Amino acid sequence: MTAAVSTSQDVVVRTRGTRRRTAAAALGTVPFFAFVTLFLLVPTAVVVAEAFLTDAGAPTLDNLRALGSGDIVRALVNSVVLSGVTAGLGAVFGALIAYAVSTASPDGPLRRVVSAGCGVLAQFGGVMLAFAWIATLGLSGLVPTFLRDHLGADVDTSWLYGLSGFVLVYLYFQIPLMVIVFLPSIDGLRPQWREAAESLGGSTWQYWRHVAGPLLAPAFASSALLLFANALSAYATAAALNAQSTFLLPLQIGNAIGSEVVLGRQNVAKALALEMVVLVAVVMVAYAWLQRRAERWLG
Amino acid sequence: MAGTGAHRARAQRRLRWVVLTLAAVFFGGPLWAMVVFSTSSPTGVTGATWRQLVDVRGLARAYPSFVDGVRVSAALAVLTVLLMLVLLVPTMTWVRLRLPRLRRPMEFLCLLPLIIPAIVLVVGLAPVYAWVTYFFGPSSVWLFLAYTVLVLPYAYRAIDAGLSAIDVRTLSEAARGLGASWPRVFWSVITPNIRTALMSASFLAVALVLGEYTIASLMSRNNLQVGIFQLGQRTPAMSVAVSLAALLLCFVLLVLLTLVGGRRQRRVSAHPVDLEENP
Repeated sequence: MTAAVSTSQDVVVRTRGTRRRTAAAALGTVPFFAFVTLFLLVPTAVVVAEAFLTDAGAPTLDNLRALGSGDIVRALVNSVVLSGVTAGLGAVFGALIAYAVSTASPDGPLRRVVSAGCGVLAQFGGVMLAFAWIATLGLSGLVPTFLRDHLGADVDTSWLYGLSGFVLVYLYFQIPLMVIVFLPSIDGLRPQWREAAESLGGSTWQYWRHVAGPLLAPAFASSALLLFANALSAYATAAALNAQSTFLLPLQIGNAIGSEVVLGRQNVAKALALEMVVLVAVVMVAYAWLQRRAERWLG
Repeated sequence: MAGTGAHRARAQRRLRWVVLTLAAVFFGGPLWAMVVFSTSSPTGVTGATWRQLVDVRGLARAYPSFVDGVRVSAALAVLTVLLMLVLLVPTMTWVRLRLPRLRRPMEFLCLLPLIIPAIVLVVGLAPVYAWVTYFFGPSSVWLFLAYTVLVLPYAYRAIDAGLSAIDVRTLSEAARGLGASWPRVFWSVITPNIRTALMSASFLAVALVLGEYTIASLMSRNNLQVGIFQLGQRTPAMSVAVSLAALLLCFVLLVLLTLVGGRRQRRVSAHPVDLEENP
């Protein structure tokens, strides 16, 4: 009886001690959480909350209604088309390149060069990639100049600054991103699986159709979704190519920030940003789900 | 069997060269166009732009705001890396050792910027930066606070992979058993063991900061990319030369990193965006 009592008292003392120590230990994480709250959670909350407020701070749905205006809907559609097309093409071409690289020696120079090149183009590019294409296809770029000087042909390359031009320029960073995220999945294919398929009399086509294809499908789809989200939220390249236009959602947001002085329109930027977050969030949740399925076999 | 293997190896080699040649044309073409663009003049080939680019003092006179942007970006890269390391490394180690319950929330917060892209963040940051400007002034250098948020997902992934690869608990218990204090455990035991991961995280952060345009331009601050963009409005040849130089420099640095880091390093940096945990 006494023993039991003293034990339970011990437990109480010990839990209290542990709790106090955990509380003290939690103090160590305060700087991190304070920083994240200030510079990530507060801005997010500002976007979400002020999308529903007038400039004066009264609740309203007018900002969301503004999203239905023709100009903004067109920008949204263009953005989705651009992201979809470049995600699809980027995923296909990127996967091809990733496969080609995976057949080379894993520590060879080819792989180093391709990984580094893809890293630069996918994550560093932005403004500079736009300039690369202006130097290629712009009015005094390489291709038009060459055609003018040698063939006497005057070509119109103003399409570079429209949707089809953006597709080309976006592929310049989408394909490398695909190579980066898809290469580890292809590396996950074990040679034994191919040997097993062959020893059972399967052809190369059958191996890809029934073994490698289904195994890679979730990774391929999740990578394509990542590319979609990446293109959807890209601003730098678009702004560098065509700063004045508002035919894409990110450009609309940039423009709305610039013209925040316009009375009564201050929070439209927030509504646009909210629309973007919702879109990206949906895509990223699907991405995470597919990624988990992909890693079951190729992790 | 050996016959099919050799046949397949040959077919793979052929496919490899066809695909990579096409890729080299697509990706090399614009880079070559940049070389031509930055060296052409009405009278023929000229190295004037590149000579001017190398002459730092002359450049500072001709394009003061561009050189200022370069300086700001260099400072931003250093400050962002420092703040990222100071915030993440001790906290992540500490959470692993003492507060495992906080691991999920922390991971969620670190990966959150993946769905709050820069173009959205900049919209919400306006009131926060109104305070930053009020307290510290309008200098572009304060952008490092926002940039640290942008690099969180990539840095978290890299450092998390590094911490998963070592046995943090055993190492720290051994060190504590031998009488080391917590700061000493952290500095002399944990940090040296995840050196490669820290390098990889830092490099990703540097690349991201040097390439950042969205937040800087929409907040009307100056940095390397804003400088390049404004250069493009005035002297296109110079901006193309600068862009090419920056791209090549980044490429060389990345190649060097794969040489230094070896295999594991590459695997860590090969997953720039990955919501899953390592097993």
